[in-house]
Amino acid sequence: METLLPLMVGTLFAVGLYFILHRHLFKVILGLILFGLATNLFLFVIGGLTRGGSAIISGEHEVAVEPYADPVPQALLLTAIVIGFGIQAFSIVLIRRVYMTFKSNNVDDLNKENEHH
Amino acid sequence: MLYSLLSGILLAAMAPQLQRVLGRFLVVSMVALPLLLFIYYCFFVPEVLQGQAVVQKFEWVPELGIDLQFRLDGLSLLFALLISFFGMLVMLYASAYLEGDPLLGRFYLYLTLFMVAMLGVVTSDNIFGLFVFWELTSISSYLLIGYKQVDKEARVAAWQALLVTGLGGMALMGGLLLLSIATGSYTFTEMLGQQEVVLQHAFYLPAVLLVLLACFTKSAQFPFHFWLPNAMAAPTPVSAYLHSATMVKAGVFLLARLTPILSGTDLWHFSLMLAGGLTAIIGAIMALQHTDLKAILAYTTISALGLLVTMLGIGSDYALKAMLVFLLAHALYKGTLFLVAGTIDHSAGTRDLTKLHYLGKQMKYSGTAATLASLSMAGVIPFLGFVGKELLYEASLENYIMLGISLLTGTAFAAVGILMSYRIFWRRGEEKTQFDHHPNLRLYLPPLVLAVSGLLLGLLVSVVPANLLQAAVRAVSGDPAMELKLALWHGFTPVLGLSLLTLLLGLLAYYFLPSLQNRATTIHPLYRFGPNALYHKFFELFLHGASAFILWLQNGHLRSYVMYIMIFFCGLLLFTLWRDTPGLDLQERIYQLHEVRLYELVVFFLVLSALVFLMGTRSRLTSIVVMGLIGYSAALFYILFGAPDVAATQFLIETLTVVIFVLLMHKLPAFIYLSHQFRKYKFIAIAVVFGALMTYVMLLVQQQTVDSELREYFGKASYLEAHGRNIVNVILVDFRGLDTLGEITVLAVAALGIFSLLRLNPEKGEKP
Repeated sequence: METLLPLMVGTLFAVGLYFILHRHLFKVILGLILFGLATNLFLFVIGGLTRGGSAIISGEHEVAVEPYADPVPQALLLTAIVIGFGIQAFSIVLIRRVYMTFKSNNVDDLNKENEHH
Repeated sequence: MLYSLLSGILLAAMAPQLQRVLGRFLVVSMVALPLLLFIYYCFFVPEVLQGQAVVQKFEWVPELGIDLQFRLDGLSLLFALLISFFGMLVMLYASAYLEGDPLLGRFYLYLTLFMVAMLGVVTSDNIFGLFVFWELTSISSYLLIGYKQVDKEARVAAWQALLVTGLGGMALMGGLLLLSIATGSYTFTEMLGQQEVVLQHAFYLPAVLLVLLACFTKSAQFPFHFWLPNAMAAPTPVSAYLHSATMVKAGVFLLARLTPILSGTDLWHFSLMLAGGLTAIIGAIMALQHTDLKAILAYTTISALGLLVTMLGIGSDYALKAMLVFLLAHALYKGTLFLVAGTIDHSAGTRDLTKLHYLGKQMKYSGTAATLASLSMAGVIPFLGFVGKELLYEASLENYIMLGISLLTGTAFAAVGILMSYRIFWRRGEEKTQFDHHPNLRLYLPPLVLAVSGLLLGLLVSVVPANLLQAAVRAVSGDPAMELKLALWHGFTPVLGLSLLTLLLGLLAYYFLPSLQNRATTIHPLYRFGPNALYHKFFELFLHGASAFILWLQNGHLRSYVMYIMIFFCGLLLFTLWRDTPGLDLQERIYQLHEVRLYELVVFFLVLSALVFLMGTRSRLTSIVVMGLIGYSAALFYILFGAPDVAATQFLIETLTVVIFVLLMHKLPAFIYLSHQFRKYKFIAIAVVFGALMTYVMLLVQQQTVDSELREYFGKASYLEAHGRNIVNVILVDFRGLDTLGEITVLAVAALGIFSLLRLNPEKGEKP
């Protein structure tokens, strides 16, 4: 699986970037979410994959026993996911507002609107 | 020496405040400074005359070899005395010339700053110090030329002067650095003995070219001469001080300073002679075509600077002597003439030659000063100009081309001298020019002092200036035993004949000048191809090019910015990969595929097919569902590889996202087909390259085993110290608790933003 995951993450990155470059507002949001997801997985994979052992100290031990997953990337990931969610939620609402104000779903049109004002 | 310069900067900074306090007596303090400096430098005269160079050193950034080291030898002292003496007179003159100007304090600020910078240039020993002061003269010159800011012409001229001399400044930095690398030292004192090393060094050619560029731009040598006539937009005291007597001579000074280090090759001598000679001729010819007094003087200044450079190029003992004597003489008479031109402008309100008649009666003293200076300029015995001219001819006797150049410029100078004195002051027969008011003492005293000193120095040439000039010529030639004997009367020599011939030719030129000036209009179309026109063309082109480039690069489309960032990122990554060529063991990786479990494979293909489906779908609801699917699959991977907490969070977040989407979907834009076909392929290409690179990087990273000390530390400490069994949770709430607090803050801010976006109502008149 160590070989397949990079492939998957790469594909996620590619699709995410393609959507971000898209002209449609809705797709830009999708792109942002995909890109965030890909970045999280990227961190996770780079931090080292450990099958099975989670980073939890079982009841009979006082220190963690091998094999256990590296907890540091996981802690980072948790933070990243939550903050990513904040950005997603904000951008969804922002785009709704932009759409309602400018009545356009095209990123390029926003510039023209600016010039008219 | 440092303190003298610092006091100057301090006084300059205080000038605008002083103006408020002292009112019209501001001039006293401003004149006192150069006077004190002049006296200060006079104290060094005996020491320098004995052949010693005074060196003072103040450490500034010793680690980088940047010290404030000052060196006073004959050359520096000559310049320093000239600058402070002249500065004193110009300060006095300016107070009358700009009387009642509310910005006088600011003017004095610039002017004093310039004087200090110029003193710094001539006394600096360290190359960095020289560079700083050199640039400071450019900047203060810019401020002074643009002093009449409301005038567009002045602004353009100031900008032009700054750009041209700034270009030279950059070249100077490069040239001096190359020199310091070649010699291994940062001071001229240490470089002086190393001429052989420099001449043999590979950096000699670029260093000389850069230094020449710097000096030619500063000293207005062809083809960079065009900024100087335009700089006449400055108030006249500035023109007299900066653009005839001091700043434009900084280039000549530096060439003289570097002569003992760089001279001795054909490159040096011929490029100086060529540039100087061309400049001298062009300046002389152009001078006779103008009727504006300041323009005439500006072009004769260019011509004189050309002669000085030519003399440095010839480099013989005679030539170096002639250079120094002529330099001194020129500063004195040209300064006088500029100041007189300013007085005329001030009193009569015009500088046009054709409108000025018989001024002598109304401005006796100015007329006297102008006449004395003109006689010196024309090279009439017993003025200092005569001594300079004699030496010039003597130096150029060896070469007919040089003799021709000297003769031509001499003729032009003589003609201009007659023009500046007889033509406008004493010729009778035409009606008198009307004066607005008569010049006061401060307007005619400074030029008179200068002109008289030109006469006195000529009369006492063998006594007063000879010793100082001898010290200076020793510094330039690098030969400590060089003798300089100056005398007013050499007897009946061929050179004397040449002097007389020059005067005669000058008279003839003056006589035929009106018809020459008419003829001159025929060559005006040529100006369109001159350096000045080229400068403006280039300038315009540059601005257009820059704005076109910016519009192309920053076109206001978010998409383009993302694209450029990504392209740059990919390029950087590819470059690093190409440079380091890390090996990727593919066989090993393919072998690892055996370990893949079936359920992992299922999730993997699920994600891939979901992505493909997402690309094709045009329904918003479908895309939201598919996005949720991808998110959940990612969560599954987290579970499979030992990160249950992350997985839980991911599940939660994914659910929330889908909920938000569905709630707001009816207010979100529907899909329509928007993309341009060609661009689509471009975007696909970028996206694919980026994705492939990321995959490659991940595969590379996986080859290294990550050995983390943190992992072991947290594994041991999490229960024993923090009493928690879930290590990830312990890290989040205990070890890195403050980070989590920050995270919560971010969420709170996002929530606030969302709230305000949802509640604000643009339809009701609020700003969206």
